[in-house]
Amino acid sequence: MTTTAPRRSQKVTFRDRLLRLAGAVTTPLLPGDYLDLVAPLRAGAPLRGRILAVRPETRDAATVVIQPGRGWQGHLPGQYVRLGVDVDGVRQWRAYSVTSVPGAADGRITVTVKAIPDGKVSNHLVRRVRPGTIVQLDQAQGDFVVPEATPGRVLFLTAGSGITPVMGMLRAGLPDRADVVVVHSAPARDDVIFGAELRALAEAGALRLVERHTDTDGLLGVDELAGLVPDHLDRQTWACGPIGMLDAVEGYWESHGLADRLHTERFRPTVISPGEGGTVTFTGAGVTVEADGATPILDAGEQAGVLMPSGCRMGICFGCVVPLREGAVRDLRNGDVTTAVPGDGVLVQTCVSAAAGTCDIEL
Amino acid sequence: MTVIQKKADNQIAHLSAEDIEIIGKELDAIRDRVIADRGERDARYIRKVIKTQRTLEISSRAVLLFSLFPPAWIVGTAGLAVAKILDNMEIGHNVLHGQWDWMRDPKIHSTTWDWDHVSPPDQWKHSHNELHHRYTNVLGKDNDLGYGIMRVDEDQPWHPMHLGQPFYNLVNACFFEYGIAAYDLELGDNLKNGRHKDPAFRARAKAVGRKIRRQVLKDYVLHPLLSGPSFLSTLAATFTANLIRNLWSHSVIMCGHFPNGVETFEKTSIEGETRGEWYLRQMLGSANISGSRLLHIMTGNLSYQIEHHLFPDLPSNRYQEIAPQVRALFDRYGLKYTTGPLPKQVASAWWKVIRLSLPNRRSDRRQPVAPAPLVSSGTA
Repeated sequence: MTTTAPRRSQKVTFRDRLLRLAGAVTTPLLPGDYLDLVAPLRAGAPLRGRILAVRPETRDAATVVIQPGRGWQGHLPGQYVRLGVDVDGVRQWRAYSVTSVPGAADGRITVTVKAIPDGKVSNHLVRRVRPGTIVQLDQAQGDFVVPEATPGRVLFLTAGSGITPVMGMLRAGLPDRADVVVVHSAPARDDVIFGAELRALAEAGALRLVERHTDTDGLLGVDELAGLVPDHLDRQTWACGPIGMLDAVEGYWESHGLADRLHTERFRPTVISPGEGGTVTFTGAGVTVEADGATPILDAGEQAGVLMPSGCRMGICFGCVVPLREGAVRDLRNGDVTTAVPGDGVLVQTCVSAAAGTCDIEL
Repeated sequence: MTVIQKKADNQIAHLSAEDIEIIGKELDAIRDRVIADRGERDARYIRKVIKTQRTLEISSRAVLLFSLFPPAWIVGTAGLAVAKILDNMEIGHNVLHGQWDWMRDPKIHSTTWDWDHVSPPDQWKHSHNELHHRYTNVLGKDNDLGYGIMRVDEDQPWHPMHLGQPFYNLVNACFFEYGIAAYDLELGDNLKNGRHKDPAFRARAKAVGRKIRRQVLKDYVLHPLLSGPSFLSTLAATFTANLIRNLWSHSVIMCGHFPNGVETFEKTSIEGETRGEWYLRQMLGSANISGSRLLHIMTGNLSYQIEHHLFPDLPSNRYQEIAPQVRALFDRYGLKYTTGPLPKQVASAWWKVIRLSLPNRRSDRRQPVAPAPLVSSGTA
């Protein structure tokens, strides 16, 4: 690896000299490439974590216990962490809410994952991943958190795995500081992730729990909220669940002019549905073009005057590889579709890839 | 070999344009099957090879700290030579081909990889992936045919300079990585045409200079220094390891396109070349090396040169798996699958370098009775 960290200041410290010397000894590799063989979680390494255990929660959800590397900076209850997991040999990045309490003595964190139908990563984590596996991590992010100045009354509106960020907040002691109501939807009683723990909290009087089992009682409508939680509009509300539910909830709070009391978390912010051709944006060059489904992105870019790297123009030399920041492309040789959302770090060969929908190329 | 179109016994004369396109479709199908199946097993393979290489390199260098003791010198030098060969062949060459880009691991990717070699990856990728693999064995286009210093085909014009080519080839073999760097820089051509002041050329030359400095500093200064009293013997050890790596990779690479049985092509034959015709040129322009699994790994699976040239971006561990299917295709269409054990192929390539250092009499070449069919015309 040739990547060298950008120097922060002009002052060359002893440590810098030592690192440079070590780099001269290991060139073309970095000293870290050797250290990674024995200490992948060490300080200074790219942030990674080791999966220690996978505990089933329901028939299709599990909690994954992770020992993060030394560089882990902690999280706030409700935040999520991006996980880079190798599934079938391909690195896939997904975001999962952290469900453990911040600052655990052993430094471990947990995320709770629900296997969604055809979900590559979720099914892998729930059903197949083995303890000991190393995963890539990002620092925790997200503003789906309860502010320091805790509001007196809180409503959580959740469905399915939407309970996971909320569980992080509840476990971190939110019920001690606020009057909490949780309205949670799941197909059936056994499908409620953390069902036993939530019911125990409710029984102990820490919170009020309204469970909705949608297999028998149908989906919860926003118009039912007034009946279930009469003061719902007076409460600061955090909602997390499927897109349809979030859309309905946002519309409802807006119609009451109370959008500022609602906080939502959208787990799948971008849904990419591949099509034929589309708008291609070269983000660096600031150029946008319409490309059909048969035109290689390389040609589309060049015609628009973008300085594109190129090579053999037949898919063999990999001289034209650039990052696909977001969107979908189709391999013109075999029709395979590659999709990416920001942060995935997907690189594509522009000479044999055509737009399969809107795509952003980092160039 | 001579340009295939001029041969009396042109081995593709019996193929129709449709045959060639069907061959292309069958090869596409082989490629698609591998891609559909590519996954965790392959990822595990390359990570294991990388881990083995790094462990071997660091432990060999540790042993060489005591290289004053002859057994340590021998073990350390052998280990380091193997580590350097693995770095260049099974790992570097193949990662830089983009064979592992599909894993989306930024640490094992053609755009980030660097190797223990004096040619900077981007320059090598240009001359190798872009030019050699695209124009394989096309006279005047593919400079790998003799690297611009040798005559390895009857149809390359003879020049008195070629009298010395057995000697150049030996020197090139000993310092092969420098030869490749000079080749990737197109050093001779650029100097001859007075382009040494061209800023682009200077920038590329500077990048090579940096690679050379870093390798020299590491292998011939720092590691010997770390060895203290073993300074000189470690210096000799790292030099020897580099020499072994150079001789080995030169031998393997000579076997790829120089041995008897390999065809060359005329420049005009690739105008308007179809995918099927491109495949056919790769099939006939490459030669394999037969041997054990260990040999294949040590050659970076370039012992499956034919499969590699057909599918330069498939993971190298897959070449031996698809080789029987590829060979069956050759047989079905009456094409010659050139292969042989390493000593035989090396000897064949060397014999050609020696033989063609002398001019061949033009009457040696039988002219075909009918006008020569072109690969690209599809009327053959």
